[in-house]
Amino acid sequence: MERYIELVLSRRWLVAVLATLIMLAIASGARFVTVSNDYRTLFSEEDPKLAALDALENTYSTSELALIAVTPQDGTVFTRETLGAIEALTDAAWQTPYSNRVDSLTNYSHSEASEDDLVVAPLVKNASSLSDAGLERVEKIALGAPAIAGRLVSHDGRVGGVAIKFILPENMDQAVAEITDYLQDMLQQARASHPQLSYHLTGSVVMHRAFSDATKNDLRTLTPFVFLVIVAVTIVLLRSILGTLSIVAMILFVVNTTMGFAGWLNTTFSPTNAGVPIIIMTITVAHCVHIVTTVQQGMRRGLERNAAIAESIRINFSPVFLTSLTTMIGFLSLNASDSPPFHILGNFVAFGVFCAFIYSMTLLPALLSILPLRASTARTRKRDPFALLADFVIARRTLLLWCFVLVAALLVAGIPRNELTDNWTRYFDDRYEFRRDTDYVMQNLTGLDLLEYSLDAGREGGITDPGYLQKVETFANWYREQPEVFHVRAFPDIMKRLNKNMHGDDPGYYRLPEDPELAAQYLLLYELSLPVGLDLNDRMDVAKSATRMTVVVRSISTQELRGLDQRAQAWLQTHQPDLATEASGISVAFAHVTERNIRSMLRGTVIAMALISLILILVFRSLYLGAVSLVPNFVPAAMSFGMWGHLVGHVGLASSVVVAVAFGIIVDDTIHFLSKYVKSRQEGLHATEAVRAAFQTVGRALATTTAVLSAGFLVFALSGFEISWALGLLVAITITFALAADFLLLPTLLIATDRRKNS
Amino acid sequence: MNNIIYRKTPSISLLVVLCVSISAFLSPVHSKTPEEIGLEIARKTDLQDEGFDNFTAQQTMVLRNKHGQESKRILRVNVLEVPGDGNKSLFVFDNPRDVKGTALLIHAHKEGPDDQWLYLPALKRVKRISSSNRSGSFMGSEFSYEDMTDQEVEKFTYRYLRDEPCGDATCTVIEHFPVDEDSGYTRQVVWQDKDELRVWKVHYYDRKNAHSKTLTLDDYELYLDRYWRAGLMTMVNHLTGKSTVMTWTDYQFQTDLDENDFTKTGLRRVR
Repeated sequence: MERYIELVLSRRWLVAVLATLIMLAIASGARFVTVSNDYRTLFSEEDPKLAALDALENTYSTSELALIAVTPQDGTVFTRETLGAIEALTDAAWQTPYSNRVDSLTNYSHSEASEDDLVVAPLVKNASSLSDAGLERVEKIALGAPAIAGRLVSHDGRVGGVAIKFILPENMDQAVAEITDYLQDMLQQARASHPQLSYHLTGSVVMHRAFSDATKNDLRTLTPFVFLVIVAVTIVLLRSILGTLSIVAMILFVVNTTMGFAGWLNTTFSPTNAGVPIIIMTITVAHCVHIVTTVQQGMRRGLERNAAIAESIRINFSPVFLTSLTTMIGFLSLNASDSPPFHILGNFVAFGVFCAFIYSMTLLPALLSILPLRASTARTRKRDPFALLADFVIARRTLLLWCFVLVAALLVAGIPRNELTDNWTRYFDDRYEFRRDTDYVMQNLTGLDLLEYSLDAGREGGITDPGYLQKVETFANWYREQPEVFHVRAFPDIMKRLNKNMHGDDPGYYRLPEDPELAAQYLLLYELSLPVGLDLNDRMDVAKSATRMTVVVRSISTQELRGLDQRAQAWLQTHQPDLATEASGISVAFAHVTERNIRSMLRGTVIAMALISLILILVFRSLYLGAVSLVPNFVPAAMSFGMWGHLVGHVGLASSVVVAVAFGIIVDDTIHFLSKYVKSRQEGLHATEAVRAAFQTVGRALATTTAVLSAGFLVFALSGFEISWALGLLVAITITFALAADFLLLPTLLIATDRRKNS
Repeated sequence: MNNIIYRKTPSISLLVVLCVSISAFLSPVHSKTPEEIGLEIARKTDLQDEGFDNFTAQQTMVLRNKHGQESKRILRVNVLEVPGDGNKSLFVFDNPRDVKGTALLIHAHKEGPDDQWLYLPALKRVKRISSSNRSGSFMGSEFSYEDMTDQEVEKFTYRYLRDEPCGDATCTVIEHFPVDEDSGYTRQVVWQDKDELRVWKVHYYDRKNAHSKTLTLDDYELYLDRYWRAGLMTMVNHLTGKSTVMTWTDYQFQTDLDENDFTKTGLRRVR
């Protein structure tokens, strides 16, 4: 060890140059890093809900949606002007890249009887030439048509809609950008020519764009901010510009090496793991602070610079190695997640931690030796504040213990208040136009969460069997009675309308046709009457053996959505076992991804915790210390989730990985504290004195690292993107609690229970 | 051209075509515009297919979606040549069995919308179908209704693009622009061999001018020493990943079909 440090210090320039060359070689790979905003990356290949979603999309050839709500000021859309505007918008919407269908209030294929013939025509054609009677007719038909009322026109007639369906290519990012740019342009023109109308745009395609913008936003604005916060906090706490400079250099080396490595592996980053550089940055600082503060302490005691560096490396080698190892284990446990972006997050942070360890044993001592570092002169205070803290904790340990237990109990009681839920619209806060428009559409036009069913008729051509239609009809009617449901689009509605049309529009015939052949022939006639883009191929499969039923629900949590699907399945099992199937669709897949992820993360976290605890037992060669260390490791996580329950009340995808992320960092503090404590005990000190010694040696470093890390993660809380802010806030809270536990709880526990004889 | 999809009727009198070609021949100073070349080839193709009188054939469509699911449609097709106007076509559905006996009659017109009727055997009634919606899918397939009906020379404007090799032959590539505003296409790009004017490939461009579908034709056979007909047509939709394979069998020309078999009353007699 001694010889190694000597070698590094004597060849400091060589070390620095070599490290730079290696960093540059690896970092050159950063150009191969790609970014994707495809929400599908959130799902693993094996996710059954993704498979169901693919099957649905491949059968009914439709996937993504953009929905435009048009609202006039005068309270009704049934005016020449507004209908004309929707008509023009519908025409323009056809020109949207990658569009496959356009359904709107005006182009709805209305069918009616005319003498003995079936006339199928758009509900509105040439709105500007409509008579008052014509407008009334349109209003009556639109509000009475189950296919569009509550979907493309609000039930009160105040808001109209245009729905554009897309089929996106494999690599969807470029397509999404083209589509949303086109739609924004289109709406800008619409707003210019109809200033009295307001337009709101939402749908899954627009959500992808929001995801992409959120990521770019976070990367562009938050990363430099985090960097500045870290530098500022470090300067304040180290009171050394040059010490901070060496840490900044370390950050650049570690982040560049990691991102370059990711590039060589052709890694694709997504919104979920865009925080990798920031997390690495904070952890690197934490490692370096320990080394730099020890150097400063040594120089203050009068040691020559290189001697202080050598001492620092000697003292810190094993705790830094150990904390790197435990942090890596914590992040690697993210591989247990069911959601691939978290694997990338875990693996590259773990790699970054590894780099940080290597550089802090090579580059950092070389840099510290090269820089004209001087002993800090700010020794004006009479006593080290951490020594004062130690005195206080030791004196009031019983009171502190009970206070801590009380606070912890109060906080932990909030855990059950957390609801497991994810809502794709709630990923974005009000700062995003997407969120505001989506809220508007949900309040004024229709829901955006869909449960999609592919209902099998059991044979080719079976969808016009009266028996099948009857079953689907009862299922659709059951759904219509559910309080969460906004709109149900089911195939039997089309057949009822056709039956009525074929009987001279006699309302008495608005019921299912009884003759299967007649029904099939009506359907053929209707299909032959539909123009391109408005066919029924998105409502039935090619063999006419299954139809699609779409249930639009009000804004509900994913928990409620899963509950609704389960109730529907139970109802089907009892009443229509032939149709029994699970719901699918984007909303349903999202509703399950959090739950699946939390379940898989729980397993991973438990394994990581067990491994880390085992490592501590081995390192300290004491079952007792291993057991004691568990307390300040577990309690903070429980406390912060409890606090979250009190304050926020719902945990989503991001929160499911918090424990794993935080645990790796929390353990570091415990390790540093315990290793100093053990060292003092080995030197013959009593528990009380050993606690005091631990405070004096690592107190400042622990406070510094916690301040840096919390500040870094807290910056995420400024993001308008839930995955970012929830993760940042939760981790920041957890590591703050962890410091409290290490300073207030761990010492009292040690003094109270460590009755071992001094070795 | 060949078969129901790419077959022109003898709609332009021989005389007109002769006059056009002779005048073109006589004035070599005037170099032809791409539009003129395109129109000329369309007319030549049309002319070549004249005089078949009538034919019948069996058509099988296999529909396939991206999920790999398949479904079959079987139809009988009867076509009657109408001098001076568009052809009359009769499609009789044999499969799926729920629509067996349903028959679709189309009177194509050179000018104005086509007339079309559907006979529903379960109702024993003939229903007229509005022709402004010809752009929709034909029986759920990737062929649209307008792909299935007769394509008169007058229903498009043309532009010659280039010659290029296709297989063993050389093809003329011509753009067809539909005149009908309700068409689902902005244009079709057609590859025709120079020797026999057979169509080998068509690219369809949808309303936003994106290449949405490709038709390839194969297994050509010569009937009555004059009329080429493709036995296999494959339509692929690039957007949805769906495809339809259409096979033609049992071609018979100059059968005893007549005018009366292609009327509304004739529809009811179809079995």
